[in-house]
Amino acid sequence: MRAYVAIFEARFRALLQYRAAALAGLATQVFWGLVRVMIFTAFYASSTGAQPMTLPEVITYVWLTQALLMMLPWRPDPDVEQLIRSGNVAYELVRPVDLHGLWLARAVAQRTAPVLLRCLPMVVLAYSVFGMAGPAGPLPALAFAVSLCATVALSAALTALLSVSTFFTLTGRGLHSLVIGVLNLMSGAIIPLPLLPEWIQPLVRVLPFRGLLDTPFRLYMGHLPPEAALQAVGHQLLWTVLLVLAGRWLLARALRRVVVQGG
Amino acid sequence: MAQIVVEDLRKRFVVAERRAGMLGALAGVVRRRHRVVEALAGVGFRVDEGELVGYIGPNGAGKSTTVKVLAGILVPDGGRCEVQGRVPWLERVEHVARIGVVFGQRTQLWWDLPVVESFELLREIYRVDRQQYRVRLDALVNALDVGAVLDVPVRQLSLGQRMRCDVVAALLHAPQLLFLDEPTIGLDAPAKLAVREFVRRLNRERGTTVILTTHDMDDIEALCSRVVVIDHGRISCDGSLDHLRERAGVGRRIIVDLERDEPLAPTDARVVSREGTRVVLAFDPVRTPAAALVARITREHAVRDLFVENPPIEEIVARLYGEADARGEAEPRPEPREDPS
Repeated sequence: MRAYVAIFEARFRALLQYRAAALAGLATQVFWGLVRVMIFTAFYASSTGAQPMTLPEVITYVWLTQALLMMLPWRPDPDVEQLIRSGNVAYELVRPVDLHGLWLARAVAQRTAPVLLRCLPMVVLAYSVFGMAGPAGPLPALAFAVSLCATVALSAALTALLSVSTFFTLTGRGLHSLVIGVLNLMSGAIIPLPLLPEWIQPLVRVLPFRGLLDTPFRLYMGHLPPEAALQAVGHQLLWTVLLVLAGRWLLARALRRVVVQGG
Repeated sequence: MAQIVVEDLRKRFVVAERRAGMLGALAGVVRRRHRVVEALAGVGFRVDEGELVGYIGPNGAGKSTTVKVLAGILVPDGGRCEVQGRVPWLERVEHVARIGVVFGQRTQLWWDLPVVESFELLREIYRVDRQQYRVRLDALVNALDVGAVLDVPVRQLSLGQRMRCDVVAALLHAPQLLFLDEPTIGLDAPAKLAVREFVRRLNRERGTTVILTTHDMDDIEALCSRVVVIDHGRISCDGSLDHLRERAGVGRRIIVDLERDEPLAPTDARVVSREGTRVVLAFDPVRTPAAALVARITREHAVRDLFVENPPIEEIVARLYGEADARGEAEPRPEPREDPS
């Protein structure tokens, strides 16, 4: 276990070095957040029917999305992708550790360090200037915190699975653009999930992606009552376990037919 | 005691072939052509504890594939392989905890971390006791003279410094078996000598078994008492350097500087080259004792200078590889087979 913690720490520290990228990312995300808020405001102004979320709720949802955007498993761990493409993965295989565990540890760092750099200034800004609301109460705040931890696990499991898939695709660009599309729609990154049409809701509820953003956000806003938290977090954790198992299975298959690139 | 036992090891790769040109690329989208490459076609050898074995062969002969199977990275298609009593790919984690590996063309150090932090990480990964780690690290850093670069990020190291740090990294957990895959590739002369000297001492003083693959014949000549030659996925020669020389049938050389420009053609030696008054003869030391040949030449000719030498190992190896190539041509090559995928 200490080995995995050490890998996590090293990766985490390395990622914290990229402060300039964090600053640039922060500016982009604030800008993008303002654009999205304007669109939703216009949408609510012209809409006559009753919506499943109020405008202030949507605004809070949007800012939470912007703050935690880097937690989404957009793509494999770039380092692991590089390892596989260059053949340096040979060195990963001569370490006396479980390879999937190793990559999971790196993925946790990958999905937390950049968020940590960006989310605090973003939340402060959004809360004080751009109309983001605080958590609905102490219980929703707690539920949000617990759910967010499960989000990290879920996101890391998906990242590790994507990393393993690089063994089969090598560049993986095709697969990744597909993943990004599904991810954006099904996690709530573009449109808050309650605003999606009724017919797609059953699918959204089953798939793992809502656990990446929508679940913790709705707990935060009290849109899901704290009593529902247990079930919501259960959904996240169940998918985490399934994705870890899928990643391990796929990795075992990959290793049996592995070809180390470049001699 | 045998530390490595390999019998009839086989591994084939399926390579997708791309046809040339735009039409070829389009055809490749619909139907891919695959070619089967037999990287290992029944390799077998044993290595005892404390040996320092050179494993050589031309590019694509199967050297790296063998090392990767022995290191637990690749799973072979057939054959038996036991390293320190374990089957590498079945007990990968236990196996790799007791071996060290250096791939000369790659680095195992973390790109954006200072060298010493990579070492610290490896200490955690291999669960080396802190006290032991400090003692080993000191000894290795001294022996390889990398004390000055410990705090430098890996990306800023020169190739020679990086390679020496990679060797340190491979030995922090004190493995009894070390695989060196082209450890001197791209290094300048002093760095090569430093790595070579270190490997020699490691083998002599600590009794570490070393498997060395290289294209640098100086490495082989300086270090290896035993050489295994692989070609087209088969072992073509296994023995001492002398045995290798014998096998290649290159014989020994005698170089004669004559006083005058006169013909020199002894019946029991072959003229390899002639440049002015310098004649290079090749002979078989078993049939023709060197002393007798030298005596006869000096008796019959006016000789200014004369010396006997073993042909450089490059030549022997080139000869062995060439021989195998000639054999390879005669064998039917595996036909490319087409299958849609």
